[in-house]
Amino acid sequence: MNLNNLISIALRALVNNKMRGFLTMLGIIIGVSSVIIMLAIGEGSKNTITNEISSMGSNMIMVQPKYNREGVSRGASSMESIKVKDYEDIARDTKYISGVSPYVASSGQLIFGSNNHPIRIEGVNQDYLEIRKYVLQDGSNFTETEIKSSAKVCIIGKEVVDKLFINDEDPIGRVIRYNNIPFRVIGVLKAKGASTFGQSQDDVMIAPYTTVQKRISAITHLQGIFVSSINEDYSEKAMSEIKEIMTLNHKIPEGKEADFYVESQKQILEQIDTITTLITLLLGSIAGISLLVGGIGIMNIMYVSVTERTKEIGLRMSVGARGKDILAQFLVEAIIISITGGLIGILFGSGVSFIIRLASGWAVTVSTFSVLLSFFVCTFTGVFFGWYPAKKAANLDPIEAIRYE
Amino acid sequence: MKEKIIDIRDIKRHFQVGEELVQALRGVSFSVEEGEFLTIMGMSGSGKSTLLNLLGCLDTPTHGEYYLDGKPVAKMTKNERAIYRNRKIGFVFQSYNLLPKTTAIQNVELPLMYNHNYSAAQRKEKSKQALISVGLEDRMMHKSQQMSGGQQQRVAIARALVNDPVMILADEATGNLDSRTSYEILTLFQELHKEGRTIIFVTHNPEIADFSSRTIVLKDGRIVEDKVNSNVKDARRVLDSLPNEND
Repeated sequence: MNLNNLISIALRALVNNKMRGFLTMLGIIIGVSSVIIMLAIGEGSKNTITNEISSMGSNMIMVQPKYNREGVSRGASSMESIKVKDYEDIARDTKYISGVSPYVASSGQLIFGSNNHPIRIEGVNQDYLEIRKYVLQDGSNFTETEIKSSAKVCIIGKEVVDKLFINDEDPIGRVIRYNNIPFRVIGVLKAKGASTFGQSQDDVMIAPYTTVQKRISAITHLQGIFVSSINEDYSEKAMSEIKEIMTLNHKIPEGKEADFYVESQKQILEQIDTITTLITLLLGSIAGISLLVGGIGIMNIMYVSVTERTKEIGLRMSVGARGKDILAQFLVEAIIISITGGLIGILFGSGVSFIIRLASGWAVTVSTFSVLLSFFVCTFTGVFFGWYPAKKAANLDPIEAIRYE
Repeated sequence: MKEKIIDIRDIKRHFQVGEELVQALRGVSFSVEEGEFLTIMGMSGSGKSTLLNLLGCLDTPTHGEYYLDGKPVAKMTKNERAIYRNRKIGFVFQSYNLLPKTTAIQNVELPLMYNHNYSAAQRKEKSKQALISVGLEDRMMHKSQQMSGGQQQRVAIARALVNDPVMILADEATGNLDSRTSYEILTLFQELHKEGRTIIFVTHNPEIADFSSRTIVLKDGRIVEDKVNSNVKDARRVLDSLPNEND
């Protein structure tokens, strides 16, 4: 039999049984698209989290006070372990860092005219913007003088601007009040959007740390130190330098637990990576199960549809189709159905992934791997279970097949 | 002397059913010449279905020889028999066995689809001719389920004709039809016979034998009667004598 006849036989059989073809295809479409969507969401959440954390500065190192778990007392003093001297020593005695900023924070209410907005004021120095990867959209950073003089100046985020300056005034040079203390706005940050964990990164107010220490919190210690290493590769070296200085300053005896901890963004990234890998693994196994269920569905409908066509097979053989003609026909039908279904599944899965991406803002990514895996597993299942029962039917005696009900 | 289309010699066919050996055919010999209209009759269990399967190259005998159009069929492989069915035999079944949801013309084309000697255009043309010869020129694009039983059987006959077979093998071809339609189909067979086609009609209905030129009666796997019918009834005349349905 020539190929033309074979294809037209298969196409006629398919066209005459659109419903059956569609149902078979549906199994493949669902199998393929569910795997693609699952893996896209998994990959997407992983990418989103990783991107967000990197955008916070992947070379960032944080020094924070630590509750000392030894002993009963957990006095306020244990939270006051980080001093300005620590900051100054780190800034002076390290080689691998590009920026250091002290950190003190307090919460309060911001007022401008008749508008107010609850805010957490962060007291830092001029390095902070670079460490946290903030970019000024308008105005300028703090000057050394402003820091030394505990000047009542501040830099605010986009969200604060939107909340306070509702008439689109230029915030630069305006005076806003934080808990009744007037602050002059000297800079506005470029919008950064929400972080991985849903908090807005634009709802910020940054002031010189000296101002927050003296005029707001009335403290002399720091709540933390933010450091950036020259680049990500120097992160480890910078961390050990910092630890060394801190251990010395705090007179921590060997083997004893320190009253501070140093953590790099890279470490956090690694921890989060384990979590997101777990998520991908989880979604992957769900996808694996859908692939299995889809495969069994395809198998069933293929098997049933071929079995129910035994009579047709017998008829074709009685008018002269050979066993291999029958096999070829069913194989071509199964290939057409499986590949079409597979392609529709890829389109559908990618489309839904894209919609999820638009709707949720996650970096949902369709991976080539998921497309290839699902496509091949489903089409292979489809073709195999279209072929196998057809082979059995083609081996039947024509007269048995034609009398099959 | 006319050419022998079928020549079978001492055909035996045994089936092993569990422990028991069933002897469906116990030595059958006869020959059929070109242009004969032969009826093979017998009760159920007489072996006529087995004989039909053998004649139709759907089965091979346990013993004996079968020459179809001069070629020995008994020793052929499955594939060779399939090709032989495709080129030499036209089947008409009791239950029509048309492809469902398929147009008349596509059903008739089916045997030619498995014959690569025909181009698509030749195939269409031949199928049209076959449908015209069974009187269905205005039903070509009708699907199987849109036609009456008689019309479906005509499509089946057209399908049996389309490959220019050396014989048409009809298995109870009127068994599912009412008497009027049965006579119409018989008329069609008689017309085909007049055109020179060889027809073998397998039935259990003795009336049909009156319309054929020769009758073989089988009983318990053996031929008990083989007679030439000198007084062939004309199905057309019987049809005309039937009361009109509209009366």
